Amino acid sequence: MKKVYGTAGEALEGLLQDGMFIAAGGFGLCGIPELLIDALVESGVKDLTIASNNCGVDGFGLGKLLDTRQIRKMLSSYVGENAEFMRQYLSGELELEFNPQGTLAERMRAGGSGIPGFYTKTGVGTVIAEGKEVKNFDGQDYILERGIVADLSIVKAWKADDTGNLVFRKTARNFNPPAAMCGRVCVAEVEEIVPRGSLDPDMIHLPGIYVHRIVQGVQEKRIEKVTTRPREEA
Amino acid sequence: MPWDRNQMAARAAEELEDGWYVNLGIGIPTLVANYVGDKDITLQSENGMLGMGPFPYEGDEDPDLINAGKQTITELSRTSYFDSATSFGMIRGGKIAAAILGAMEVAENGDLANWMIPGKLVKGMGGAMDLVAGVGRVIVVMDHTNKAGESKILRECTLPLTGKAVVDRIITNLGVLDVVPGGLRIVELAEGVTEDELRAATEATLV
Repeated sequence: MKKVYGTAGEALEGLLQDGMFIAAGGFGLCGIPELLIDALVESGVKDLTIASNNCGVDGFGLGKLLDTRQIRKMLSSYVGENAEFMRQYLSGELELEFNPQGTLAERMRAGGSGIPGFYTKTGVGTVIAEGKEVKNFDGQDYILERGIVADLSIVKAWKADDTGNLVFRKTARNFNPPAAMCGRVCVAEVEEIVPRGSLDPDMIHLPGIYVHRIVQGVQEKRIEKVTTRPREEA
Repeated sequence: MPWDRNQMAARAAEELEDGWYVNLGIGIPTLVANYVGDKDITLQSENGMLGMGPFPYEGDEDPDLINAGKQTITELSRTSYFDSATSFGMIRGGKIAAAILGAMEVAENGDLANWMIPGKLVKGMGGAMDLVAGVGRVIVVMDHTNKAGESKILRECTLPLTGKAVVDRIITNLGVLDVVPGGLRIVELAEGVTEDELRAATEATLV
């Protein structure tokens, strides 16, 4: 089965419908599927629910889908870098479900692993626990969190082979593997598609079984906060 | 003289033991890395990295290498990378020995509030709720009072909680406090700060 597509738009063809639930990889602007987000903007698909740790920044990453009002609801842990997000949220145009970062990652991993729910001590005694089942194990309270299964996953990797085996680079791995796992269909954009057999099978970060479509392209890879130190004098 | 930011960070660094894996929050906690000295400390960044190095030299920034504060950083010879589910597995699983975090409020039973001010900016908890629930020891580093001069160390928190009864030790500009049964115990006073001054700046019960 052919997994490699020519453009991000082609890679999403036939997969999109209004009101769908999308899981997106990335942390801040690091390791985000830029080209697939652009293709979502172009498609005009709307009323989206998106599970993603952040929602980009104003005018970049998932922030582009806020500008076009294509997102109805976000599941995120941190949205502090985005003024338009805050405006839409406070005015009631956008729904927001805060998830602790580790809970969001585990909900994706669990959903992709056939685990419909799990107990965690994260959030016990806070607003996150409201309305959730509490169970005591060995003297400690835990809350029940549900696994996430998304209609579509969009992720970014460094390299892929044509069977969808993925390799990520440094901290750009972040939410991409769990986001990929939890989608009924997963589309990955990569910097390079390499010939089958050229990736070391022992060094594959995400096996191709989780990846249904692949597109290669050039990302901007914008840096959110450049921090440096002075070079020592020679 | 109360401690300044760097003195608070240096005091917090004394809490860390050789061989520990540690998570440092944003702000003063980040400065703690400058004061670990010869101790073998591995810093975790919860987006998915162990063995966090210093900021890169200008021109060496890598968009694929950032910390949990989204700042560009570098790797070390000991560095490993992993996905965010694995990262929070090690946090929730108690593998991280300590987290050093900032706070808006701490209560005498160890309740911590540091993620939200209702009606003002709502940014989100990020990984803070997972960290305080999971790591071995939670150390808060913050100013003893807010800008209005009111105590940030309270009988009960007024802001939404990050975690319930999770704080072990508080390091402020005035001294060091431990959460113990019945309230807080003064462990140490900053040089030149009297016990009366610390008591006057503390709303919580001191035992």
